[in-house]
Amino acid sequence: MSITTPSRRQFLSAMSALPVAAGLSSAAQASARDTIQTQARIVIAGGGAAGLTAASRLAASLKGATILVIDGRKAHYYQPGFTLVASGIKPKEYVVSNTSDYLPKGVQWINEAAAEIDPEGKKVVTASGQSVPYDYLIVATGLELNYAAIEGMDTNRIGQNGLGSIYHSPDAAAATWQALSAYADKGGVGVFGRPSGEMKCAGAPLKYTFISDDHLRRRGNRGKAELVYMAQSKSLFGVPIVAEKVRMLFQDRGVKVNHEHVLQSIDLDKRIATYKTPTGTAEQGYDFINVVPPMRAPEVVRNSPLPWTEGPFAADGWVEVDRDTLRHKRYPNVFALGDIAGVPKGKTAASVKWQVPVAVDHLIADISGKASSEIYNGYTSCPLITRLGQAMLIEFDYKDNLITSFPGVIAPLEELWISWVMKTMALKPTYLSMLRGRA
Amino acid sequence: MKELDPMVFLAVFQEMLGFWLWVYVLVGVVGAVAFVALLVRERGLVSRRLVQSELLGLLGGGVALVIMARVSSSGFTDAGGPADWFLIALVYGVGLVATTVLVYTLLGWRSPRAVAKA
Repeated sequence: MSITTPSRRQFLSAMSALPVAAGLSSAAQASARDTIQTQARIVIAGGGAAGLTAASRLAASLKGATILVIDGRKAHYYQPGFTLVASGIKPKEYVVSNTSDYLPKGVQWINEAAAEIDPEGKKVVTASGQSVPYDYLIVATGLELNYAAIEGMDTNRIGQNGLGSIYHSPDAAAATWQALSAYADKGGVGVFGRPSGEMKCAGAPLKYTFISDDHLRRRGNRGKAELVYMAQSKSLFGVPIVAEKVRMLFQDRGVKVNHEHVLQSIDLDKRIATYKTPTGTAEQGYDFINVVPPMRAPEVVRNSPLPWTEGPFAADGWVEVDRDTLRHKRYPNVFALGDIAGVPKGKTAASVKWQVPVAVDHLIADISGKASSEIYNGYTSCPLITRLGQAMLIEFDYKDNLITSFPGVIAPLEELWISWVMKTMALKPTYLSMLRGRA
Repeated sequence: MKELDPMVFLAVFQEMLGFWLWVYVLVGVVGAVAFVALLVRERGLVSRRLVQSELLGLLGGGVALVIMARVSSSGFTDAGGPADWFLIALVYGVGLVATTVLVYTLLGWRSPRAVAKA
């Protein structure tokens, strides 16, 4: 996963404009936007990328407001970097920092998990039973990795006996690298894939397939390996033009593709993965596997009245928001941002980058009694790594349109070093700037 | 989407380089001022010193590419298209010009040449 967006555009320009940018240091006061006086009480459920970014932007725009972030975890994870950790490119520490590092002044942090959301009573109840009332609520809880849905899966065994799973945690990403590296030393069958349903950064499973292929090649063992990608649907990616490009690249790299295969169970001792297919189940033996679990809304959201009650986002409990404004369709003082939002496609840091300013603008407009015309068009992006040292910069919107931040310079479906450079050098600083409300 | 905001550059570079951003800015500003002052003092370029500086500049461009390769866990050999060649030229060019100017300036202020007036 990996952030950015126009911030990429900004980074590139910045490379040639460093002296200019640096010379503008006095313009730091430019953030002295018009602040609004209010007594509003705003609760942000979740202190991840979306929650912290929203907190920073609200704190910069409102005076007198009570802003509370509710999150039980002290560590902050830079999730776009997990793939790099699992690829042996970055150490585990690269993706771990502290939530407190990014909390803006004036924002209170309740270091507990949210246990109940009551939009009728306008309150959130924490794990210890503390009731936190609100005027406005931003739901930014992130999502839940549902490993339990895969029979036989044991997250404690990630890194052992050819089992990899990047998403679980920074430790699991590092352990996955150990497993992949051992596999790349000897070859065998490598199995990849993704779950059905919505998931964060749908490009990540593809990236990891390409990265594995490259590690095998660099160690001279590609000839001893067979790579299999289990696609959950008839397509390799939700955006057709990208799916076709990935199909061509998989063909070029010799990756076998099985469509409509969804991981159902796994035998970690015998190293056999079982997939649900349209014609029954299919078994696949492996020497290395990257398990990507099904993803759904956390229990606190699923058990609340906030999820969609019908349509494609209902089953997994994603929050029912208007996709243009991220405002809840039934509770207008509630917004959902980031992974938990029930909108198509966007579950990346790049989505957060563009969702938060829109929702915050609408929330502030409510407070000041004005209307906001800000619209989120579904923009998201993914530097899709296609080998170590190269990536395709893919940006798209709700309508599957490709968006090009650098028209005429960086072709969206071209494998380039510059896109890799952005992924490894510019995305994390841009992400951290976003958390602080500065990008 | 929003228009480009120069403040975003600053924020991103601050995150990227931290304290070193200001060191680089300081070196850049002091170096540029010292270079211009030297030109004024000597009323022009000293060609012998310039050639020496340019030779080191060629090396500086290479060093810039090596640094870029280190921090990006990759290298210019990964170039895959025109944008990459542009980036390589840019990084090499920045390394070359910065090294040339800084070396020229350092040499000039360490041992100013009266012959420059000739």
